[in-house]
Amino acid sequence: MSAGTAKLNVTVAEVKPINDLVTRFKFVRTGGGDLPTFSGGAHTVVEMQDGGITRLNAYSLMSNPADRGAYTISVRRDDQGRGGSRFMHSQVKEGMEMVISNPVNLFSLDLRAKKHLMLAGGIGITPFMAQMHQLSMMDGNFELHYSVRTASLGTYAKELSERYPGKVHIYHDDQKEAIDLKTLLANQPLGTHVYVCGPKGMINWVHSTAGEMGWPREAVHSEEFLAPASGKPFEVKCAVSNKIVQVGEHQSLLEALEAAGIDAPYLCRGGACGQCETNVIGYDGKFLHYDHWLTDEQKAGGKHIMPCVSRFEGKTLVLDR
Amino acid sequence: MTIQFNDETFYGDFTFKNSDWAIKRFPFPFHEDSYMYSVNMEPHKSYRPGSVFERTFDVDEHYVSEMKDRARVLANDPLRCQSLPHMTLAGWDLVELIMEAKAAEYPDLFELHKDGNRWRWINKPLGIDDTFTFLDESTLPYGPMEYITRQTQGDFAVLDQRDDNLWMDAGMVTTQADWSLDFDIGMNFFEWHAPVPKAHEMGIFVRALKFLLNIQQGQPARRLNWTMTVNPLLDTSPENYHKWGVMKQGLTMENIGEKQHLRVELQTFFRLPRSNALVFPIRCYLISFNDLVKVPKWARRLHRVIRDLPEELATYKGFIDNRPLMVEWLSQFDDGTPTSDGIWPDDD
Repeated sequence: MSAGTAKLNVTVAEVKPINDLVTRFKFVRTGGGDLPTFSGGAHTVVEMQDGGITRLNAYSLMSNPADRGAYTISVRRDDQGRGGSRFMHSQVKEGMEMVISNPVNLFSLDLRAKKHLMLAGGIGITPFMAQMHQLSMMDGNFELHYSVRTASLGTYAKELSERYPGKVHIYHDDQKEAIDLKTLLANQPLGTHVYVCGPKGMINWVHSTAGEMGWPREAVHSEEFLAPASGKPFEVKCAVSNKIVQVGEHQSLLEALEAAGIDAPYLCRGGACGQCETNVIGYDGKFLHYDHWLTDEQKAGGKHIMPCVSRFEGKTLVLDR
Repeated sequence: MTIQFNDETFYGDFTFKNSDWAIKRFPFPFHEDSYMYSVNMEPHKSYRPGSVFERTFDVDEHYVSEMKDRARVLANDPLRCQSLPHMTLAGWDLVELIMEAKAAEYPDLFELHKDGNRWRWINKPLGIDDTFTFLDESTLPYGPMEYITRQTQGDFAVLDQRDDNLWMDAGMVTTQADWSLDFDIGMNFFEWHAPVPKAHEMGIFVRALKFLLNIQQGQPARRLNWTMTVNPLLDTSPENYHKWGVMKQGLTMENIGEKQHLRVELQTFFRLPRSNALVFPIRCYLISFNDLVKVPKWARRLHRVIRDLPEELATYKGFIDNRPLMVEWLSQFDDGTPTSDGIWPDDD
């Protein structure tokens, strides 16, 4: 199967700043018609034509999954990042035509759950917004605990509190409010599933706390997209396509392969889905594995790499691409 | 209507038959003169007009009779259709997928009219004209999965995806090659494939699962699988083995051409949008040896495949005892000349 996912041609219908960091974008199908339905927790990969560079970033869909008229995403500007979010904030205007992927869900609800307990940090709120739409349509039992830096940076906090009265709890960092996770977890009914989306520290905290309290691993779900790390440039030999590819300082290995016209599959481009896993044929040097996908054993074994986020330092790297 | 539907049976007097059209478009599963397991997936795209790969859901001359056979099997054993409570949403996904595809691809046979969530579905071959509210179970005579799969050829395994695995949590299974939904329901991908020989040590299932977990909306996939059945039985379930197992006895050089059938499954794989579940429609096609050898290339190739098949596979597929007779009968049609690559007859 060819690289990437099936594509959708869309037009930007609305660009709306939400606060100092976050802007919301609404896409409709170019030329009219319905977009595919999706499930809460799904993301889309947005293609950005930035000068000569094609940037591809995954963003969670936050609109009502049953609304096929439009998709909505929210993008947090990262001034230290590699440029995708800055492009979205500075270049994307209403009326612009763009290409996005079909929805992909790596963070879906476990529909067996008796109750869905959602823990969000910052921009991690977006997948939960679609999930809450879906659950409220199905009369599902859910509760959101949402940690924000300040009230003014509490993206959608006010709207959500109004839309789902009694189900939404907001915690402000600047007021020293924090989720009392142990008490919260201790008081959940049997059959509750926990979902967390936010900074890495928050995700690790929820997994480890739930684990220590005896929660089954399968009842704790998380999603975090990693931005590809920058690092020293390196050179890769692609054995199948017989090409030598240079990977730049701020370029990911996956992006370098694509720029060289090498067919490389991907779904999330954030180290989570496993789709871009590539066999290493030979190497002399050191891997910098940043993904969530490979096991520690595989990372140590030197036979696999996830080109979307991971890098290499050394003399030679030969890949099965 | 463009398709002439057969009036035929798949039990009792076994009046099932393939027309010349159905023979010519039969999905012969062997692209070379030997066979071994492989993941053998390809994108489920429209391919070769007139073939079974042309439409999202193939409808052919057996449609009406197959649906009657399904209703008969369900009346005898309602457990052939089951859906765990969390799979209802996936059932609605399936309703939407099948109705939209059939209405678009067979407008002379099926119509779908939507007014918001108020939908009207017209199935002309089965004489159905129903109006219902999408996502409201109380407006349909059955659950959504059962409703639409009583009107669609092939079995349906509807799989929940969680914990990096697939779980057989719903299905409509009345035309199976000796497996049971009632036994497999709730099992994960490795559990329900546990009986298959050789494939585990070849690492087939680990690779297949990884592929399937990554099937995305808008990018369905397909593969062919096959086995052998004596008499044109759609329902070869373990629950009824006492009825059909004995039919495998008593084959002779005189009757094997009529009784022995190659059974091919066109398996397709779709990601369902609302539930994020996967559905595997498994469509069964049957062809008698007499009809199959009308295509000289298939006759020569089938002889070589069956003759050279590893013993474990012939045993697993349930025809090890009849293999010598099958090989002897098929050898009459194999003059030893080479066969061309691919599955299609040479004459077109």
